Amino acid sequence: MNIVIDTALLALIVSSMLLLGFSQIRSCIRAVAVQGFVLGALPLVAHGSGLVVSTLLLSAVTVALKGVVFPRVLFRFLREADVRREVEPFVGHAASVLVGFLSLAGSVWMCSRFPVFPGNPPPLVVPVSFFMVFVGLFIIVSRKKAVSQILGYLVMENGMYVFGVVVLRDMPLLVDLGVLLDAFAAVFVMGVAVHHITREFDHMDVDQLDTLKG
Amino acid sequence: MMFLSLTNVVLALLAAPLLLGVINRTKAFFAGRRGQPLLQAYYDLAKLLRKDAVYSRTTTWVFRAGPVVGLACALTAAALAPLGGARGLISFPCDLILLAYLFGVMRFFTVVAALDTGSSFEGMGASREVQFSALAEPALLLGLAVVARLTGELSLSGMFAALSPAAYAASGPVLALVGVSFLVVVLAENSRIPVDDPNTHLELTMIHEVMVLDHSGPDFAFILYGAALKLWVLGSLLVNVVLPVRTGSAALDLAAALAGMLCLAVLVGVIESCMARVRLLRVPQLLVGAVVVSGLAFVLLLR
Repeated sequence: MNIVIDTALLALIVSSMLLLGFSQIRSCIRAVAVQGFVLGALPLVAHGSGLVVSTLLLSAVTVALKGVVFPRVLFRFLREADVRREVEPFVGHAASVLVGFLSLAGSVWMCSRFPVFPGNPPPLVVPVSFFMVFVGLFIIVSRKKAVSQILGYLVMENGMYVFGVVVLRDMPLLVDLGVLLDAFAAVFVMGVAVHHITREFDHMDVDQLDTLKG
Repeated sequence: MMFLSLTNVVLALLAAPLLLGVINRTKAFFAGRRGQPLLQAYYDLAKLLRKDAVYSRTTTWVFRAGPVVGLACALTAAALAPLGGARGLISFPCDLILLAYLFGVMRFFTVVAALDTGSSFEGMGASREVQFSALAEPALLLGLAVVARLTGELSLSGMFAALSPAAYAASGPVLALVGVSFLVVVLAENSRIPVDDPNTHLELTMIHEVMVLDHSGPDFAFILYGAALKLWVLGSLLVNVVLPVRTGSAALDLAAALAGMLCLAVLVGVIESCMARVRLLRVPQLLVGAVVVSGLAFVLLLR
């Protein structure tokens, strides 16, 4: 069972790295969709024996939202916005991947100094969730397109979700679903904002927003 | 045991050019052609060895030393590399660093010989070769470091002999990552397609082929044979990681490893047929990706 969780976590790491390295926004959205599917499978493998209705429900909702609905919504925004398809990062792709690697190494080091978590989660879970939060933050600050900011937010949220599902495994179902609903609302609101930005200015480069002052 | 290691080296010396033939036949199959004979590389070598070398008046002894040193390095590397559980002919702790830098010396002399001709064209190729291999080297060394750490052995022969299907059960993801990284290294170091096209003679995009344009006759035969040996040695590292078959019988293990080498050649042919070369500017990204994959494996192992 441990090797299954390890493989799932590895898929999360690799998809985050790819997200940092991809130059096309479409590929980035696909990488986040893959993360959604992996996250959906995570409660099933993490809880192992107790395949209860609430776990099934949680993973079904996760796959539906993060794997299907969010990518579709994002693709739709992209189509309507009709912008150039490159990511246009402030930090180059190779450098971004290196930053991702350093943040992974950093989170592994950091988590080795943490006290033991209750319930003895598999050793890689906490570092990976921190790593994904860092990657999400990095994508938010280092990318120009507003759609990338949404992707960064999603990766960050995915990181916290990993932590929640595996470490705090008896979090009430209601809380999990509430968090998912929040993410859904956030993606929608951000999408609408992006839509308005592109309608108003014919682009969605967030670095040009600071010329709005005054 | 000594006998096995000797077989191993003789096999490398004899069969290395065959890999090129398999790669070319695979590419021909994908293109719907009949393709050259499997043994074409041997015919080429025999033809070149019969010829005389032509030396430009601007070159010095450095130009003549290049192919000889290159071949010597490749032969030494072939003696170091284990295959299919059999130990290498030479083996001592930390020989993995020697292996990596034998290829470094080989490359250095090829580059210096290319610069010695005074052709700006060859200088361009030399610059690219050095740039890309500087990025491929950390990936190779980190990958070897992962295997060394995993098995607790420091010599190439020891650590690959200690790998077994049981290691896969314990830390499969780590070994898979190393395998991916090694595949990129094999392709990049042997100037294969996502990085360099061995068939192209279009000036602006050539990397390795351009450096050896001025060599002729036996010198060129040395270079071709050295390149084939390099492909064999780096390929054997990959096969050792991906396919650690341990049946208990040494002959069967070796046969499995040989089958693995042929599969690798077919795989390289398939990659060459299905992929285009990546743009020159994107090559460093690919190689940094390989470094990161190796590093990832290392981090996973350390936790």
